[in-house]
Amino acid sequence: MIELRNVSKLYPNGTKGLNAINLRIEKGEFVAIVGLSGAGKSTLLRSINRLHDISEGEIWIDGQSITAAKSAQLRLLRRNIGMIFQSFNLVKRSSVLRNVLAGRVGYHSTLRTIMGLFPKKDMDLAFRALDRVNIIEKAYARADELSGGQQQRVAIARVLAQEANIILADEPVASLDPLTTKQVMDDLKTINQELGITTIVNLHFVDLAREYATRIIGLRAGEVVFDGPVEEATDECFSEIYGRPLQADEWLGEMTS
Amino acid sequence: MTAAPTPVQQANRHSDNKRPQTPSRLKHYLTAMLLILLVWGSAWKTESTLGELVQGAPNMLDLLKEMFPPSWTYMDNIAPAMLDTIRMAVVGTTIGAVLAIPFAVLCASNVVRNVWVFYPVRMVLNLIRTIPDLLLASLFVAVFGLGLVSGILALSVFSIGLVAKLTYEAIESIDNGPLEAMTAVGANRMQWIAFGVVPQVIANYISYVLYTFEVNVRAAAILGLVGAGGIGHYYEVTLGFLQYDRTNAIIIFTLVVVLLIDFISTKVRERLL
Repeated sequence: MIELRNVSKLYPNGTKGLNAINLRIEKGEFVAIVGLSGAGKSTLLRSINRLHDISEGEIWIDGQSITAAKSAQLRLLRRNIGMIFQSFNLVKRSSVLRNVLAGRVGYHSTLRTIMGLFPKKDMDLAFRALDRVNIIEKAYARADELSGGQQQRVAIARVLAQEANIILADEPVASLDPLTTKQVMDDLKTINQELGITTIVNLHFVDLAREYATRIIGLRAGEVVFDGPVEEATDECFSEIYGRPLQADEWLGEMTS
Repeated sequence: MTAAPTPVQQANRHSDNKRPQTPSRLKHYLTAMLLILLVWGSAWKTESTLGELVQGAPNMLDLLKEMFPPSWTYMDNIAPAMLDTIRMAVVGTTIGAVLAIPFAVLCASNVVRNVWVFYPVRMVLNLIRTIPDLLLASLFVAVFGLGLVSGILALSVFSIGLVAKLTYEAIESIDNGPLEAMTAVGANRMQWIAFGVVPQVIANYISYVLYTFEVNVRAAAILGLVGAGGIGHYYEVTLGFLQYDRTNAIIIFTLVVVLLIDFISTKVRERLL
């Protein structure tokens, strides 16, 4: 369970990234965070694993405060929170397998990981993760030989190998075409349902949010302006989140057909 | 008879008015004058004239005459020293390259975010790089005596400066994404570097080490002038005895070795990047 209590983020230049946010996300939920760019979606997501520090309030992960966590404890908390990025963030010159194994470093000693001596269990875990996202045959390819969609699936495999129980996905499909978008979102959904991993996704497309999420959180100017089950998120609600009528580019299209 | 201006002409006249004033060229002229003044002033102060160059030309020709034909048989005598030179470069570069790693990491502002660390380390690095390798060799000869060890130490220190500088700049230009991903998986500092930084710069690093090796072979060839071992010692000896044909043999030998090493190293570096 993730709990945000009165969370605010003030940037050094004075702009308010987040403003007094209170949220409670239960285990196993699939949450889509929607809003215009600059509404604070990314800031909110990155506050949860403390890639960004917040200026006020507190964030609790399964009963532990990540806001107050010191270095070693923070790393342990982060180990349980996988993250997927818009730009995949793989090491392009490393092999796919090594990128996936990078998700395991939190479980072993510094020396062992630096030498690349991962136990057999980890190798099995990595291969199974790659198999789950249907990319196992690319294990020894260099990451930059893969297409964007394949790279994002490697990133998902990294999170799986990490054995995280929370996945944060920051615009995971923003740089993918509609077909690979569907594959990546399907992968995330399957993982969420079969493994019960709490999934929080920042999304731009209204129809994607509706199709995959069970709950939608709308952000505008750093504030939660909508929070409810997907059934309640009507077009009017989205217009309110965006502060204007919905536009054509807020729909991915094709999916509904 | 004057025709009424066509619309195009009218439009042109309009744009003539809008055209900005041609910028003054004064700055260029001043720059040129300053440059000429600098060159002329330097020549005047060092009392060097073109006339001297002309006067010296016959001497140069004499020297060239004495250098040819090169003494090919002398090559046998200096082969061991040439091998020593290469060995010095190999060992010196390796030691320097290894020691350069911590320097490079501590200099990179995206790895060590503390200005109180990376600025002082960069200062030390700059200091190292301002000392010419010949001066370093002389200093080490004064401490450790004549011989290869002094040369190796000089090249090591020199290599640290070069490799660390190039590598830290490479580190600062890497993709930040994988670093963020490593933070997110809960990696500690060393793991973060090993999985996020190292794979992104390793090819660059190896390329820089090879380049430094090229530079070091050339440097090692003259370190013998100050007694730090290698082929350079024979330059001193042959020049001292006015055996210019032998000096020429050394020059040609050095040239061939340097070109060969440069060629191989360049090929390897092309493959790396």
